[in-house]
This record gives sequence, structure tokens and C-alpha cells, in this order.
Amino acid sequence: MVKSVTNLTRSGLSDWLVQRVSAVLLALYTLFILGVFFANPDLGYDEWEHLFSLFWVKLFTLATLLALVGHIWIGMWTVATDYLKNTWVRFFFLCVIAVTAFVYLVTGVTAVWGV
Amino acid sequence: MKVSLYRYNPETDKKPYMQDYDIDVPADKDLMVLDVLNLVKEQDSSVSYRRSCREGVCGSDGLNINGKNGLGCITPLSEVKGGRDKLVVRPLPGLPVIRDLVVDMSVFYKQYEKIKPFLINDQPAPGIERLQSPEDREKLDGLYECILCACCSTSCPSFWWNPEKFVGPAGLLQAYRFLADSRDTATADRLAELDDPFSVFRCRGIMNCVSVCPKGLNPTRAIGHIRSMLLANAT
Repeated sequence: MVKSVTNLTRSGLSDWLVQRVSAVLLALYTLFILGVFFANPDLGYDEWEHLFSLFWVKLFTLATLLALVGHIWIGMWTVATDYLKNTWVRFFFLCVIAVTAFVYLVTGVTAVWGV
Repeated sequence: MKVSLYRYNPETDKKPYMQDYDIDVPADKDLMVLDVLNLVKEQDSSVSYRRSCREGVCGSDGLNINGKNGLGCITPLSEVKGGRDKLVVRPLPGLPVIRDLVVDMSVFYKQYEKIKPFLINDQPAPGIERLQSPEDREKLDGLYECILCACCSTSCPSFWWNPEKFVGPAGLLQAYRFLADSRDTATADRLAELDDPFSVFRCRGIMNCVSVCPKGLNPTRAIGHIRSMLLANAT
């Protein structure tokens, strides 16, 4: 067994599962948002605010944000371990990805739960 | 016909280069690539390549032929030439070159060794043999035929990037061959050894392995079965 301490879950199977489940969630959320745009061609700030004030939309959005962070980490970790052979370059790259994903999450949560 | 060969002798050459040969190919025959290499060898005895059975059984002459991996001995010229009148032969990609078309396959065999390619059975040995039903035996079809020519693993980008960590399509096909064998009792241990982010899960489903396998096998399907077994075992 190959040892790895930087992948999301320490297990190849769990990472694989998280990547696929999160992809389904991201796809559903994308369809949901596209559906909102198509169903409301004159969408304004008030309708948008009302939509995100609904509890189930907040839950759906938060779940999607968490899925996005997991998906980003697994995908970028895979890219990094394929192409970045220098340990410190890879470590720096993954740190940038971790900070970016964290900022996405906190910004997203603040925006959605602030409505 | 023009034949362009990858040449490299680490004792005399600073770097690899391509060397062209003009070979007279009989117009009424469809030679195999290995036959053409033999004709080149008659012209230039310094050309090195591996070959043994010359009938697609030993797996010695895995080569990169006009950009696609295959066995020289069972690859007809008509299949690889397309519209061109030139044959370009390089060593299998991703492995260190020992000389010309001969590669060092140590890392390939190391991965093969990792999956414990032998039956493990903790039951007392029977008097004659361990019996298997025809249905159970059928599960090994499409798996046992692998001749370890390395055409699949050396066409796999995931194997190129992580040859020390990713088992590769050939090794994983064999891993599933033993996981699927009703006579093997080490299934749980075998699966536990594969549940890391590299050994199996570095496969991204590119399917070059399926495209190049000279025996028509499907390592991607075997890898899918291993994933399903890991999932069933762990959830």
C-alpha cells in the first residue's frame, strides 16, 4: 500500500467516492441555478434575495460549497501529484489551493447565511 | 520503404536519435513489423531489440509503432502504415532505455510483484487439486490471457507520471484475476493493499490500455471491478 498523508481522506476509495458524489451535487446545483435563470427571465435583486432567504436553498448551497471544496482538493491534489515532482513546489501549490478553497467556503457561507 | 528507428547506445551516444533505413519490402507480402526489424538488422547488426516467440505469446517485442504500442510480431505493416510509406519504431514510452528499442522493465515487474500474482489459500491442500466450477473458471476469461508485454502500462499517462506508485493496467488486470479466483482466500488482504489513492485510484479511465492491448483484453473493466469490490467490501 502506498502511503499518502495529503489526500483528502487518506483512503483512495473514500476520495474516489467523495469526488463522484460531490460531482453529482455540483451538477444538480448548476441545473438548479440554470433553472432559476430560465424560469425567471426578469430576475432582480429582490427575487434573488428571496430565493436565498429560503432555508432549503441555504442548506442546498452550503452542501454544494462543501462539495466544491472537497472536489477542488481531490482534483487539484491529483493534478499536483501527477505533474509537480518537486516536493516543495507541490507543497506550495497545495497550500495555495487550500487557502483558495478555504476563502471560497468562508465567503460563500458568509454571503448565503447573511441573507 | 523508409524505416525510422530510435537509436541510443548509452556507452557511445550522448543522446538518442532517429536513424532512417531503406528496406526492400516484398510487394506481394504483408510483413509483420518484427520481420521488417529483422531486415533492418541484416543491414545494420548494431540495432537492438527484444524478440522471442515471434507469434504474440511471449510478449518480448512490445514496441511503439507509428505512435501506438503493440507487439512487433503480430502487427502487420498494412495495419500501422495507414497512407504513409514510412514506419517509425520507438521503444515503449515511459521506461528507461537500455539500448535502442530495449527498455528496462524493472518498475513494471515491481508493480506486478506488488499484487502477489499467485494463488493464496489458507485451507489445507486437497489430495489432488482445488476444484473450480465451470462458472467460476469462466470468471478468469479475459484476465489470465495477459502476457505482460507492458504495451498497456506504458501507454498509460497515469503510469508515466507515477510508475513507482500506480500499479498500472497490466498489474491491475492480474490483481483482479486473483481477486476473481474462487480458489483464492486472500481477497480481503488483497483489497486492503489496494485501498490507497495511487495503486488503483490513479486510473483516470483514459483507456489507452484497452486501445493498445495486443490480446484484446480490457484492463479498464478489470479496474472497475476492483473498485466495485473495494466499495462492496467497505460500505
